[in-house]
Amino acid sequence: MSLPEALQELVDDFSGVGPKDRLQLLLELSQELPELPERYADAAETMEQVHECQSPLFLAVEVEPAGDQLVHLFFSAPPEAPTTRGFAAIMHIGLDGQPAQTVLEVPDAFYTALGLGQAVSPLRLRGMAAMLARIKNQVRRAVAGQQSPA
Amino acid sequence: MDPKFAEYAHPEALVDTDWLAEHLGDANLVVVESDEDVLLYDTGHIPGAVKVDWHTDLNDPVTRDYVDGERFAQICGERGIARDTTVVFYGDKNNWWACYALWVFSLFGHPDVRILDGGRAKWIAEGRELTTEVPEPAPVEYPVVERDDSTIRAFKDDVLAHLGKPLVDVRSPGEYSGELLHMPDYPQEGAVRGGHIPGAASVPWARAAAEDGTFKPRAELEAIYLEEQGLEPDDEVIAYCRIGERSSHTWFVLTHLLGFPKVRNYDGSWTEWGNSVRVPIVQGPERGSVS
Repeated sequence: MSLPEALQELVDDFSGVGPKDRLQLLLELSQELPELPERYADAAETMEQVHECQSPLFLAVEVEPAGDQLVHLFFSAPPEAPTTRGFAAIMHIGLDGQPAQTVLEVPDAFYTALGLGQAVSPLRLRGMAAMLARIKNQVRRAVAGQQSPA
Repeated sequence: MDPKFAEYAHPEALVDTDWLAEHLGDANLVVVESDEDVLLYDTGHIPGAVKVDWHTDLNDPVTRDYVDGERFAQICGERGIARDTTVVFYGDKNNWWACYALWVFSLFGHPDVRILDGGRAKWIAEGRELTTEVPEPAPVEYPVVERDDSTIRAFKDDVLAHLGKPLVDVRSPGEYSGELLHMPDYPQEGAVRGGHIPGAASVPWARAAAEDGTFKPRAELEAIYLEEQGLEPDDEVIAYCRIGERSSHTWFVLTHLLGFPKVRNYDGSWTEWGNSVRVPIVQGPERGSVS
């Protein structure tokens, strides 16, 4: 099973450098996480909290009803949580705009290939695993909802 | 210094932001930032401060334990910390990780360790300078010191032998009662059983902190730990949480602010106890006791 191209590029970027530079890369990504669009900015309660992250992270998933059912991801995490923001940015860059089926086929343990275990600690990486699991759950629910008759 | 410090049992274990701002750059003073988030230091830190990460620096990478004396000497030496250096710790989350790092330094008996009252949040709230420039201290020699695990650290067997004496559970009320392990559909936070150690008092760590993350004055701390919870300064006390980080905060409060001489931190905490076979557990809001 291959990864979506954008996600594979990130994996290549991370695995191509040493542990210290991986942290630096994660920091840069954390600064690129897009702001929430207005419809979520004042409606945090409509987003799902990823409790497994050490710092508060909120997540929203939208799936286009037609065509390839493209997935759109929205994240909210405070600036004091750069690691969590970095994980969210990896998800955003790697998965936003991909077809639902492609997102569902991403291996649950893909993040081990980023090589962040040593630099970040395996404990902290659990947040990333949980983020992907919750994204997939929401995508599954959205797809199922779109298939059932109105 | 903040006048409230003089009331504490060990006023020398704290510095305030004014003092630190004046002493930045002093010879033989090293400021250490220790955060929950491994990248937070890199987004901006107190000028001259070095980073010590609780997980990647202080924990052994293989065994669930702290680094040994040799590695500790290396961690200190490469950050310009000698055995007689004054080390001031600060960090995010009300200084949890700063207290944790200070506690690990104390396992190695580092003589002069202090906490910046209010931590990172207070420094920033006061509009003080931050930098992303990472200092490159000249390495110094730090002696290889054997870690002392018998005085301020408790293992599971120590806790079993301690049952009946004071224990302080510093987790949230939901974790204490055991409710918080019942989150359907989601991965559990590392323990197969919920609840608390029999007889443990529930005193969430945050009760010792004021709104701005500084420690409460001594009288307020005594009202909580002595009057309300009935602890006596001579008691042998063991504090625990989930992995020993929040309980380091309480260990610091009891040891350095209230002057209890016999407080240990059980770093195995709930992720060990809640996974151990046949250890006694109490669920619900009552302390319970050992039958």
